[in-house]
Amino acid sequence: MEHKRVTLFAGHYGSGKTNIAVNYALHLAREGKKVAIADLDIVNPYFRTKDSARELAEAGVELISPQFANSNVDLPALPAEAYRLVEDKSLYAVMDIGGDDRGAYALGRYAPYILEENDFQMAFVANPYRPLTRTPEEALEVMREIEAAGGVPFTGIVNNANLAHETTARAVLDAIPYMERLSLLSGLPIWMTTAESAVAEGLSGVPDLLPMVLQAKYFDLPEQRKQAPKPRPIFG
Amino acid sequence: MAERVLMKGNEAIAEAAIRAGCRHYFGYPITPQTEVAAYMAKKMPKIGGVFLQAESEIASINMVYGAAAAGMRVMTSSSSPGISLKSEGLSYIAGSDVPAFVVNVQRGGPGLGGIQPSQSDYFQATKGGGHGDYHMIVLAPASVQEMASLTIKGFNLADKYLMTSMILADGTIGQMMEPITFEDAEIETYDKPWALTGTKMQRPHNIVNSLYLKPDELEQKNFQRYEKYAVVEENEPMWEEYRMEDAELCVVAFGIASRVAKNAVAAARAEGIKVGLIRPITLWPFPKKALRAAADQVKAFVSVELNMGQMIDDVRLAIECKRPVSLCNRAGGMIPSPDQVLESIRKAQKGEN
Repeated sequence: MEHKRVTLFAGHYGSGKTNIAVNYALHLAREGKKVAIADLDIVNPYFRTKDSARELAEAGVELISPQFANSNVDLPALPAEAYRLVEDKSLYAVMDIGGDDRGAYALGRYAPYILEENDFQMAFVANPYRPLTRTPEEALEVMREIEAAGGVPFTGIVNNANLAHETTARAVLDAIPYMERLSLLSGLPIWMTTAESAVAEGLSGVPDLLPMVLQAKYFDLPEQRKQAPKPRPIFG
Repeated sequence: MAERVLMKGNEAIAEAAIRAGCRHYFGYPITPQTEVAAYMAKKMPKIGGVFLQAESEIASINMVYGAAAAGMRVMTSSSSPGISLKSEGLSYIAGSDVPAFVVNVQRGGPGLGGIQPSQSDYFQATKGGGHGDYHMIVLAPASVQEMASLTIKGFNLADKYLMTSMILADGTIGQMMEPITFEDAEIETYDKPWALTGTKMQRPHNIVNSLYLKPDELEQKNFQRYEKYAVVEENEPMWEEYRMEDAELCVVAFGIASRVAKNAVAAARAEGIKVGLIRPITLWPFPKKALRAAADQVKAFVSVELNMGQMIDDVRLAIECKRPVSLCNRAGGMIPSPDQVLESIRKAQKGEN
């Protein structure tokens, strides 16, 4: 897998951008690179890059996060240090962009520097199991909206097909025709496929695979999760 | 693609509402329910529906009142402070006997509170909130799948009884993502001869109103409404029982608290404690019969709640104080751990409170 100096993850909200950005940053660090990751999500006050602060610190990845991230202050302010990602060219920079076009507005202020340097990968994270991107055409629409808001063109697609804890290798493979169609419509290559480590074991034939450790938290015991989806009897 | 989709709880409500035939959404953004509005904003224009972000919560609930009076399937959604603002409209809707669907994805309170999950609007939802003698049907989902199924149920019940149905969820279920399936929704349709649809010069005017200046008339309206509520209390309670067959203790919990409590029940069972769970799915009507029956079987109850102890009053009333009921709770946006619930079960087993 080829790495650009700046890698940005954007897409529909809930498509998995933050998990991928964190795992990609850890992957770069494991290759011995000096890495910084910035949380540029101005939309959602929950599920932040900062949730992985400990793992990132242990791997030597610098985390640049808004002052109010995870503080429950619902204040969309960007950190001043995020400029270092575009200015300090000794770094491998990973940018986690907020969901949809609304999230991508935050990218606009860095776009001129990113375009001028022209050493970036702008990845569109796609999950066909999400309700508003069920078809490649719907995903393409989201893609165009994000580009218009953020000012940086996409350069590749990330196949992050998943159904949370119900994800199987089959579910990822079933999504390939969708990704190929999105690739055809957008003219962009499928840059990477991402899956939780256990699922990734069943995807050995898939090129450019990034196995991931997820920050997901569950409310149920594993055996209760496995018993889903059949609801238990309801009386009344 | 496959039938299963990965959804946030808030999105599941919005999609289910559309499938239930709702084409009118009036709202005002507030964390942690904003995805309901965002989903509607994206989808409604594409299917010939109306998404309108009103100038305030008060305006949006009155738009719901208007659309409901016109016979439309209509909804609004908000979170705790926003529901307080809507409460005047909820009372007017109840006083006019029109059907509406309202969602409260609760956050910690009182006041502006915080943005973490809570169940502290239980009293507000089940005991009124607005002024006057009235009830709403209150549905408490415990999963993203139930956010969808109870939304469809809620629209049906609202039309059936000409009342407001409220989904009382919390920030966790609103924000969490789970794979779900939309099965073919059972959409019930009801004639609405009372609706303000224009007389076309062929019938007398319909009037939707909550103003009755003659006290005897207003009294009769209240009596009639409570006859209807009695039917709802008889026919519509819903609950789930988990490991109650041989239980000597009963945990009562709804929504996200029931998910935590189930883990604790499983852990207590592993220690040899015979404990079960009753999960109210309708908070009004409260599943009194199930609890009354349990009171003849178990020696104590534990109410697990994300508030300072609100449902516990209804548990005590339902069992007519026959057995001790202890409270296991966190508040302000905190969630009890399975270990905390397990400790409460152990204490109840020993006869401590």
